[in-house]
Amino acid sequence: MAAGGFYLEFEKPIIELEKKIREMKEFSSGGGVELNSEIISLERKLEKLQSEIFSKLSRWQRVQLARHPKRPYTLDYIQLIFSDFLEIHGDRGYADDKAVICGFGKLEGEKVLIVGQQKGRDTKQKLERNFGMMHPEGYRKALRLMRTAARFGRPIVIFIDTPGAFPGVEAEERGQAEAIARNILEMFKLQVPIVIIIIGEGASGGALGIGIGDKVMMLENSWYSVISPEGCAAILWRDNAKAPDAAEALKLSAPDLMQLKVIDKILPEPTGGAHRNHQLAAQIIKGELLVSLEELKQLSTEELLRRRLEKFRAIGIYDEI
Amino acid sequence: MEWFKRKPAPPPTERKEIPDGLWTKCNSCGEIIYVRELEKDLWVCRTCSFHFRIRSTDYMDILLDADSFTEYDVGLLSLDPLQFKDSKKYPDRIAEARKKTGRNDAVIAGIGAIDGRQVSFAIMDFSFVGGSMGSVVGEKIARAIERSLDRQVPLIIVSCSGGARMQEGILSLLQMAKTSGLLARLSETKIPYISVLTNPTTAGVMASYASLGDVIIAEPGALLGFAGRRVIEQTIGQKLPENFQTSEFFKDHGFLDKIVHRHELRKTVALLLDYLSQ
Repeated sequence: MAAGGFYLEFEKPIIELEKKIREMKEFSSGGGVELNSEIISLERKLEKLQSEIFSKLSRWQRVQLARHPKRPYTLDYIQLIFSDFLEIHGDRGYADDKAVICGFGKLEGEKVLIVGQQKGRDTKQKLERNFGMMHPEGYRKALRLMRTAARFGRPIVIFIDTPGAFPGVEAEERGQAEAIARNILEMFKLQVPIVIIIIGEGASGGALGIGIGDKVMMLENSWYSVISPEGCAAILWRDNAKAPDAAEALKLSAPDLMQLKVIDKILPEPTGGAHRNHQLAAQIIKGELLVSLEELKQLSTEELLRRRLEKFRAIGIYDEI
Repeated sequence: MEWFKRKPAPPPTERKEIPDGLWTKCNSCGEIIYVRELEKDLWVCRTCSFHFRIRSTDYMDILLDADSFTEYDVGLLSLDPLQFKDSKKYPDRIAEARKKTGRNDAVIAGIGAIDGRQVSFAIMDFSFVGGSMGSVVGEKIARAIERSLDRQVPLIIVSCSGGARMQEGILSLLQMAKTSGLLARLSETKIPYISVLTNPTTAGVMASYASLGDVIIAEPGALLGFAGRRVIEQTIGQKLPENFQTSEFFKDHGFLDKIVHRHELRKTVALLLDYLSQ
């Protein structure tokens, strides 16, 4: 893995203690009782340290976790959750945007469409995936396939993980604003259940362009906001280095969004973050998808669409005199 | 081959507010103009057709029948759900804008008439925190769409906005969803929605209701787009085309239906309503 020995600054004490425990275990493989009790006490210490650090994460630390280079991406979840995955490419108009993956898969036998932004692990992949930043043709590809799924009665599962819609000349020329607006509108009409999970970064219109659904959930250490912390810092403080302050000000964490009544549920991550245990993170998501889809399938199409609109219609905090 | 040469669009930079002296200089061609005359010309330069930025109330005078407008939802007020503070506290920023504009937020919405035809009308005001969309703007636009649905009258939204209001964070972003969701319902009826874009209409507003009209028209030379010019330059280090993100650029790429001179605005909207109304 390209991210090899990468760790975040606040992960350092944990990583070091783990290393120490590993070394002691190797050393004691001959089996000295004294060393064993030492290991047990260190493991307890590790547990305590982990819960200490992770019980009071700042918003900026969560942003860093959401961007962790070892964090599972859409394709990892697809492999770990679904069987018989069949990727479908292209928007039938301009190109195949590789920043978004679309395809059919089976969730314990239930046939669904999966849509998700994809980041790359190494430099080559990162460029190929454009860092998970979609162009207009990506939004159009997603919409085309979501319409196909709706026509054939297949529920839609969406993974959001993007630092934003791509801000470039060609994106403007091909109608980035129109593509996002169109998707938002059309997703209110799709006559199948849509479940959305923000797995990493949920930046602005880039996320919302595939972000309309019946259930919107966030992984514990993901973020979702009107603008990235860096973008906000650049505009308000004219200084990208103020991103940690911007992250605090924007209230972009999952608990914040739960409080603002913007999301339906927070999904817990394995201890230390999703990157520490891809398998477990996928299991948690899979369990939630099964429950959510079962629940949504009970609703008539009319009821489903009515509730979807009502859910977003209700968002906003204001006073009225 | 004069006809072959395209007239360069005025640079989409920040333009001066309405001049208050007796004489003023055109931002585009430099012509000295008598302000009274400019006012009579609806703030369009006679020499080069440069469109000065005007107030939301000026657009209402241009578009709506005299004394036909009744405002709704005046009492919607912004709160401070994030307790947001940058150089100023958000409530102070709002208080200042209210004092400066005499308005409660960045959109005026209600029922008016065009050539005797009733319409649900909403217009954004750039002078109120850059016309940015927070919970109040989103709610007012949502209610304007609902008024169209309830009364079965056409919807006209005149946009002028820098995008979502950062100080309300995620709530601002989701106003895009709230408004577009209701437009999804409108799009299943035979009620027309005309989206009028004025200088500037960008980001979150452009990526939601402004881009979703049955017909989308804009004044010449307006700044229109998704991402900010500075952001694009920073991200890609590319030199941007001269007329980048103008009305003309948008129309050339197929995302704007028509560029309409301010003098033709009322006539065009009225004619569109005539063609599309039942």
